[in-house]
Amino acid sequence: MIHLQNIEKVYRTNTVETLALNKVSLDVAKGEFLSIMGPSGCGKSTLLNIIGLLDEPSKGEIRIDDQKTDKLSDKQLANFRNKKLGFIFQSYHLINDLQVLDNVELPLLYRDTTAKERKRLATEALAKVGLSNRVKHFPSQLSGGQKQRVAIARAIVGNPEIILADEPTGNLDSAMGNEIMDILVQLNQRDGTTIVMVTHDEHMAKKTHRLVRLFDGSQVQ
Amino acid sequence: MLKNYFKIAIAVLRRRKFFTFISLFGISFTLTILLVLTAFIDKVVGDTYPDRKRDRSLYVSRISQVGKDATSSGPVSFYFLQHYAGSLKTPVNIAISSGFNGTNTYVNNKKIALNFKFTNAAYWDILEYDFLEGKAFNKQQVDNADKVAVISEDMKKEYFGDMPAVVGQYIEADNVKYRVTGVVKNVPITSYMTYSDIYLPYTVAKDGDYKNNKGLQGGYFGILLANSPSDVDKMHNEYEAMVSRLRPEEKWATNVYSHADTYVKAYVDTGDEKRSGTFIAVTAISIFAFILMLLPTLNLVNINITRIMERSSEIGVRKAFGASSRTLVYQFIVENIILTLLGGIIGVVLSVIALQVINSAHLIANLELTINFTVLFIGLLVCLVFGLLSGVYPAWRMSKLNVVTALKAQ
Repeated sequence: MIHLQNIEKVYRTNTVETLALNKVSLDVAKGEFLSIMGPSGCGKSTLLNIIGLLDEPSKGEIRIDDQKTDKLSDKQLANFRNKKLGFIFQSYHLINDLQVLDNVELPLLYRDTTAKERKRLATEALAKVGLSNRVKHFPSQLSGGQKQRVAIARAIVGNPEIILADEPTGNLDSAMGNEIMDILVQLNQRDGTTIVMVTHDEHMAKKTHRLVRLFDGSQVQ
Repeated sequence: MLKNYFKIAIAVLRRRKFFTFISLFGISFTLTILLVLTAFIDKVVGDTYPDRKRDRSLYVSRISQVGKDATSSGPVSFYFLQHYAGSLKTPVNIAISSGFNGTNTYVNNKKIALNFKFTNAAYWDILEYDFLEGKAFNKQQVDNADKVAVISEDMKKEYFGDMPAVVGQYIEADNVKYRVTGVVKNVPITSYMTYSDIYLPYTVAKDGDYKNNKGLQGGYFGILLANSPSDVDKMHNEYEAMVSRLRPEEKWATNVYSHADTYVKAYVDTGDEKRSGTFIAVTAISIFAFILMLLPTLNLVNINITRIMERSSEIGVRKAFGASSRTLVYQFIVENIILTLLGGIIGVVLSVIALQVINSAHLIANLELTINFTVLFIGLLVCLVFGLLSGVYPAWRMSKLNVVTALKAQ
């Protein structure tokens, strides 16, 4: 499903060159739940951003669903992300000015979907994460756990094949973290969604199929 | 999609009330000034009362004698209009009138300031004043130097009060009593060639300038009437040819210039032969409008950049979930147009209020400004230009943001 080969990422300033990822190669199978662990600054998020086509590698090849992505235009990339990928961020990144339902509908705005269909799909996605009673709320009226569930609903509303989660439980207490993790496991098991998750938490990582460890930009496990 | 943009635009406007106020104030205030200005220009240039035959008229407002070191320029003399312009073949008639002069008169110990002007009889044939009562004085009365007058409706009200009919009554101006022959609808003072409170036969002018002054310059304007609009060019050329044959009366002068121009051209004629008055007026108005619009536009661009950058997390999220740069530019422009249109609506409301205030305050005599569809259309067009100008650059800058950087910003 996801194929990374010899991925390198170098950040350059006028004086310093930092190697964030060093020849990382990784294959993620369809339906797999993979976690990426490592100390802060080891390149976990950079790797996830590259998989999510939010950032470009300095070197190396990426294939997602057998498609090379390096030659895609801005519009094609946007379309590709919209159809294939869903994102969950540590700090939720909900749009505070929009109600929960509008936040969840967001990925569908960039597809040919009618307003009615968008509403139906968003309501369904919110039901899946147990937030049917919060559709008219604004993000500021929700708890951290609820916000993350809205973020999950937003990630799954477009029915993507891959979900990329960047420390989805990082801002939550353990009870809420476990709730979120259960939703992700369920998504993976019930819907067969491929999930790549960056985490600091060994306990969460143990719930996934496979663990990849990074250290100073290199893959160590 | 648009509904979503609208929702977020309104939410953003409500979130930063001060910024919104500054933006809306800038747009609506500028628009109000532009609308009032265009209403003013529209009234001055576009109102064809009482010279409804503008399409076949040419206006003579000025004559200049130009020498190497000096220029003498001003209205033409009665003699010039009668003798030289009157000798032209194409005009079927010539309206002659003096500029208006101010004087005071007294009614029941109340002082009334009024303006009077002298006209010939043809003036009343060429210009189509609306007579509320009575009629104009005729050629016979002019030739006889009868002490008769046509007065404006405001003058009637001020001098005679509530008297229903005043034809046949006497009005005193400049210590002379004139019999009123007619009352006309007001003309705004901005139509300076046709405005007055009292119109008198030129033959009653005390200074006798019309018969004594055989020079080129004097205190009169002329309106040359052609038989049809197609004769106007011919009339113009004939006038120019006539002027080119004139010799300056001043020793120091080498050339004589005078033009029979269309209304607008004559209205803005400065007497400068090198630069057309129309050009100067259009340039001045354009520069004024441009600067007037530039300031709030720059202000909006600045505010928009700040506003948009504040929303970098949203930009990151939208990009991550499938918005292309182009879609985002579109979204932010739509949002900005919503803001400017909102400012536009407020501006239109403010303009209506401002025009009402200007009209009721009688700042300019007899000038009734109205908001019309042309002005409204210009206003809305200005709003759209505002929206685009101030939205495009920030939107483009923001759309180029790297997703990861945008997401990290929060």
